[in-house]
Amino acid sequence: MSAGVGVDLENLWIRFGDFVAVRDANVHIKGGDFFSFLGPSGCGKTTILRAVSGFLEPSEGNVLIGGNNMKGIGPNKRPTALIFQNLALFPLMKVWENITFSMEIKGASAKERRKRADELLDMIALPGQGDKLPSELSGGQRQRVAIARALCAEPHVLLLDEPLSALDLKLRQHMRTELREIQQRVGITFIYITHDQGEALTMSDDIAVMRAGVIDQIGDGKTIYNDPATAFAASFVGENNVFRGKVLEVNGNEALIRTNRSGDLRSRISTANIGKMKVGDDAMMFIRPEALDLAPTGTKGENFVTAQVTHEEFEGNSFNIFMEGDGGKEIKVAIPNVGQSFDDHTGQAMTLEYEVDNAVVVPAGELAAE
Amino acid sequence: MNNPVIRISIWVYLAIFFAYLLGPLVIMSITAFNSPSFPRATPWECLTFEWFSALFRDERILNGIKNSILVGIGTIILSVSMGLAGALMLTQIWPKLRATYYTVIIAPILIPGVVLGISTLVFWDRINRMLGLGADSVLSNGLFLTIIGQSTFIASYCMLVLVARLQRYDLALTEAALDLGATHAQAFRKILLPFMRPAIASAAVLAFLASFENYNTTTFTFGEYPTLTIELAQKVRYGITPAISALAFMIVVLTVFAALFNEANIKRKEVLAKARRDGATVGEVSGGVKLPGFFTGNAAAVALVVFAIATIAVVGTATVYNPKQCIANVQEQKRLETERRIQELREQRKRDAEAKAAKDAAEGATTTAPRPSNDSGFGGVFAPGTLQGDDETAPPEDQEPSDNSGFGGVFDPTNIGGGD
Repeated sequence: MSAGVGVDLENLWIRFGDFVAVRDANVHIKGGDFFSFLGPSGCGKTTILRAVSGFLEPSEGNVLIGGNNMKGIGPNKRPTALIFQNLALFPLMKVWENITFSMEIKGASAKERRKRADELLDMIALPGQGDKLPSELSGGQRQRVAIARALCAEPHVLLLDEPLSALDLKLRQHMRTELREIQQRVGITFIYITHDQGEALTMSDDIAVMRAGVIDQIGDGKTIYNDPATAFAASFVGENNVFRGKVLEVNGNEALIRTNRSGDLRSRISTANIGKMKVGDDAMMFIRPEALDLAPTGTKGENFVTAQVTHEEFEGNSFNIFMEGDGGKEIKVAIPNVGQSFDDHTGQAMTLEYEVDNAVVVPAGELAAE
Repeated sequence: MNNPVIRISIWVYLAIFFAYLLGPLVIMSITAFNSPSFPRATPWECLTFEWFSALFRDERILNGIKNSILVGIGTIILSVSMGLAGALMLTQIWPKLRATYYTVIIAPILIPGVVLGISTLVFWDRINRMLGLGADSVLSNGLFLTIIGQSTFIASYCMLVLVARLQRYDLALTEAALDLGATHAQAFRKILLPFMRPAIASAAVLAFLASFENYNTTTFTFGEYPTLTIELAQKVRYGITPAISALAFMIVVLTVFAALFNEANIKRKEVLAKARRDGATVGEVSGGVKLPGFFTGNAAAVALVVFAIATIAVVGTATVYNPKQCIANVQEQKRLETERRIQELREQRKRDAEAKAAKDAAEGATTTAPRPSNDSGFGGVFAPGTLQGDDETAPPEDQEPSDNSGFGGVFDPTNIGGGD
């Protein structure tokens, strides 16, 4: 299997008429990485993928694969293979013919192709299924055939366009591990498109969070989750509680925020924004549900929040308490279910406590749609 | 539906509907096997296959069939490729232009065939002259003009058929092929064409049938290559024979056979696909033992088999059956019938003539004394005057042996007495 090569996007702009699908994207993807573009639908991530695979010419800027500018090079000449959202398996060809299509067009003999198909079928754990039609396979099997077909072309970069979105939850979780394993085995660069932050976090070496054609943040899963650069990244990746307010004071990498509802709260400033936030700026503070804990009622301080409980639910691994929050949004608190008794607090005021390090503040901005 | 009146009226309606649809075909098919030399179903005279051999002896008809097939093949090739190109264009053109483009490409269907025929002729004649070519050039060749002329509108039909299938095509398949390294030509040949194959087959059949039956465009363009419809139309002008019925019967049989075969084939594929989904192996399904199973619930297959047997029976009969005796009998019968008729006619005429003569005589008695000479072959026996004179005018008491009776008075009682 060929080694993975790096992919670079340089000042990439893609426009459709007046509509800007991708705005000045600059991304460096290391060879052999599993890189994800994460964003809601319509944010331009598929457009980027199509520009990398060669189905779209960028309006401005360059796509470099392995350091080579791909301008004017068609999709059939690029060292990429794309796994389509709907897989696009050829319905009239048998599985083995599908898998070895890239060999057929190079004129390989049927015997050679059959042999290669059998190897790949073994690799994707579908031995002996070569003579079936794609329509006779299950969703997960089709998924794996699509991967085998792309790998058969021996690409340097494999592009995946939300390939798991059509699968049910169980299968999706199983395929995550499988995809990651395949990627590590073949060692080529994977560029993965998804709107599912769980997929992106579990599989990727690096993630780019996209919003409306703009890349908000690039980083590994932990950075994206713990240290979001924008309000959008903070609210899109994982569940998060937002507290709107203004910056009251800044001390190095910490800030005191005068929130609209919950008094003055202290928080860490996200790494990307250290030095950029000034007193009086509109700010948004985020605390994860799991970072909040119950405190003795009425406790006051710069890391305590008091609010009314609206309702509660039991989720199995946690008790979720929902409280009146800012801007119509509820504050969610997740208390791990580790054997303690749990009373119904609906209607009562409760006080919550958090570690200042677990809260993060970013400049006010657009939040992800629920 | 439970109301018997409604049910009966539905059946009656269906019967009328099918009689209307198929009645002419049935009648015409019968005429192909009846011996009279003008196509008619009644009175039934003799079963004959003579008209089929007459058909195959008819040089013009055979030539017409040959030309029709040549034109049909040409039209298929031209129309299907133009139709496919048009259909592909329709799916790729800018959405704003799509409606306009569609109208333009569909327009030939709406234009009368006569207009297409004339304009084809005029247009290519112009081109021919512009290029300075003579009347014997390819551009003024009947085959070329007919194929071009027919394709102008048949291509639109083909496009409609192809577009329907193309709309179900996932463009991602072509992209996937390109992505895997195929050139555009390879993606077209290996992915799009196989997908379009069923629609291309339908379009080809449609193109052939439309071409085969076309008259009004072809009538302007055929030149020295009259197609079958042209030949038939010309024949009809001089009166038709059941040979044409025989030809029509063969076309009907071929069409029905092809349609049933196709239907049975589709059903078979469905059964196979279902079986495959259910997990059975191919061998299990297509094995000979399963064949009866394939017939269950497959009306088309049953009809096909019945039809095939009927055809074989007809052809078999045709090879051993000799209608000469029957035809001779019918002819003898006809001859006798004709003679009888002639006889009757003659008698009728004579009667008329004598009646006229008698009338003349009655009128003429006042002026001319002599009795009109009895120039009739029957010696005036039927003349009413004669009868009167013989029987009624003669007084019964008159014993004088006038002896005008044929028996010479042998029955006269006086004669008996005299003999004593």
